[in-house]
Amino acid sequence: MKKLFTCACLGAFSLVAYSQEEIDAGSITGNIESTFQYLNQDTLIGADQPAEKALLNTYMNVFYTKGNFKAGMRVESYLPRIQGYPNRFDGTGIGMRYIGYANDFVDVTLGSFYEQFGSGMIFRAYEDRALGYDNMMDGGRLILRPHKGIVVKGVYGYQRLSFQEGKIVHADGIVRGFDGEINLNQAFKALSDKKLDITLGGSFMSKFQRDDREDLILPENTGAYGGRAKFRYGKFTLDGEYIIKEQDPSTDNGYIYNYGHAALLNFGYSQKGLGIMVSAKSVDNMSYRSDRTKDLQDVFINYLPSMNKVHTYNLVASLYPYATQPVGEIAYQAEVLYTIKRGSKLGGKYGTSINANYSTAFQPNRDVSNVNPLDSTGVAYETGVFDMSDSLYWRDINFNIYRKFTKKFNLRMSYYNITLNNDVAKVTDGAKGLIQTNIGVIEAGYKINRKHSLRAELQALFIDDDKYGNINDQGDWVTFLLEYNVSPHWFFSIMDQYNYGNPEDALKLHYLYGSFGYIRESTRITVGYGRQRAGLFCVGGVCRFVPASNGLTLSFTQSF
Amino acid sequence: MNKIALLFVGLTLALSTTYAQEGHDNGGSKKKVASVQLKDMEGNAINTAELGFDGPVIISFWATWCSPCKRELNTINDLYIDWQDETGVNLVAVSIDDERTKNSVSMYVNGKGWEYLVLMDTNSDFKRAMGVNNVPHTFLVDKDGTIVYSHNNYAPGDEDELYEELLKLVE
Repeated sequence: MKKLFTCACLGAFSLVAYSQEEIDAGSITGNIESTFQYLNQDTLIGADQPAEKALLNTYMNVFYTKGNFKAGMRVESYLPRIQGYPNRFDGTGIGMRYIGYANDFVDVTLGSFYEQFGSGMIFRAYEDRALGYDNMMDGGRLILRPHKGIVVKGVYGYQRLSFQEGKIVHADGIVRGFDGEINLNQAFKALSDKKLDITLGGSFMSKFQRDDREDLILPENTGAYGGRAKFRYGKFTLDGEYIIKEQDPSTDNGYIYNYGHAALLNFGYSQKGLGIMVSAKSVDNMSYRSDRTKDLQDVFINYLPSMNKVHTYNLVASLYPYATQPVGEIAYQAEVLYTIKRGSKLGGKYGTSINANYSTAFQPNRDVSNVNPLDSTGVAYETGVFDMSDSLYWRDINFNIYRKFTKKFNLRMSYYNITLNNDVAKVTDGAKGLIQTNIGVIEAGYKINRKHSLRAELQALFIDDDKYGNINDQGDWVTFLLEYNVSPHWFFSIMDQYNYGNPEDALKLHYLYGSFGYIRESTRITVGYGRQRAGLFCVGGVCRFVPASNGLTLSFTQSF
Repeated sequence: MNKIALLFVGLTLALSTTYAQEGHDNGGSKKKVASVQLKDMEGNAINTAELGFDGPVIISFWATWCSPCKRELNTINDLYIDWQDETGVNLVAVSIDDERTKNSVSMYVNGKGWEYLVLMDTNSDFKRAMGVNNVPHTFLVDKDGTIVYSHNNYAPGDEDELYEELLKLVE
């Protein structure tokens, strides 16, 4: 009895004490996104109506931090999944959860985490919810900052492969690795006021997957290692990374025993009004997954950035886009942005911006003359860093010029010349060999008054005939978009993509799509109806990836 | 019986005290800027919760591939000098460009002559921590680090509302 009395008093006391500290009750943040689709059958554009007719995706993140303590989780729900998501996602459950502790020296996480080493070419765990991409790590991570300018990271865990019946499904193989980075100017006092700024880093990763093949002797542990350096001198920057991957026979590379490599070089110069960027990349046999039998976008341990501009206009972005070739490519990119000064004769009252970009990718050169395919090494070919063949994968030349003429009116004109090798980077079944397109875009913005504005885009895509003189793929396209904004709460838009050049008359179709939205602070509700092509879709002030569909789409997002 | 009664007394006492405390404390529920270690364009490590500015701060999430984001930040750039003079505000432009496009960031920022502090959120850690669904998403933060306004869109004219919210902070 006495004990209980003490207990109750203590309980009361501790609660009182707790409530007095409530100024720091910790903070809860997060977000929710929900997308509902009602889809129609549209055989003409190849959009199927699912048996359920209606689809619903929802996820909600909740993050809690109090002092040095942190915890978070995400609940996901696919009832069933919307179009474009991996078809094995189903059910409702916890898709991510972690606890952790962080101070200035140490940051430890147990559970799910996202992380990147260097440029990501050796390790990157990340998510892209709009695409359903999520290769997060489930395990432990430790980050140490022992000294100013020095960061050491260690990771250990299994990657998320799928989400089935409301549960995370892990990949077969375990992934572990560590990374160190030092900024010399911050770490050493003697260098702190030097103009040349140097950052050095190195990484090691390893995966373990049991050899389950009787016909092959597979390496169960596959390592990858590499280093990187970044130099900055005034307005110049130069950085590079080089990664080597050990023998990793897989479905991707056809079970060969070659080593793989990835090299990346970036140069930049920028001053007020002028920016220049040049990049080069060499990749061979660099698909690195925690399950050697997987393909597509599943359980990549590393990330190979594709070396081309991310376009936003619908016809440029969604019809013939290029994705990096993890099996191998040599790629280059250069870009210049120049702003003609405001007030000058050429620049006009508000200045004029000119942007030019060039990117290209080639197949690596693969020398088989010294390779005996019957020997026991399993090496299939020889190649070197930046050893390229003349087989073109991709080329993109584009310009755009932007000018604000008056306070109310602005204009942007763009031109793109794009060549895509559809045999390698396949984007359509309707074309063989090289797809060559010319695209022109005019975009105009007009501010009617303080709160009302209009924006219009006219886009035209012209595709060259194939080598037999026939219309290639779906022929020419034209797109018109009109957007009406009422700041800060409403937008209305209508877009028509017209495939007037399709070789088949029945397929000379209009892809008409109308949408409107209501935005209030961090709440956003949008309603859209019509036909949509797949791709990066920018409307009403937001960009996101949207798969092909015909029907109604409702979406709701909220941050808190 | 007595034991249960006593327990109730204890609990009631505790709860009533808690509620009484809550009456004059609503600061705990306000959303603060999350603490994430990012780098600026020069590679300096910066903690997002300790940006070191005296006055109000605008945090705007953007990407080089996001046209509305660029429209918003270019529009504000024309007004930025006046806003700074009048309110002492600083704008932090958080780029969510990943490895694929992050090299274009400093080119774009300098090419456009932006005067903002630009942070690189290459793996979207800060974006996730701030509950950002998609870009552009702009937050207005008072001098104590509390988020007082946010807007997940950009249409011409939205900068006026942001400016009005900003004026409320410094009045």
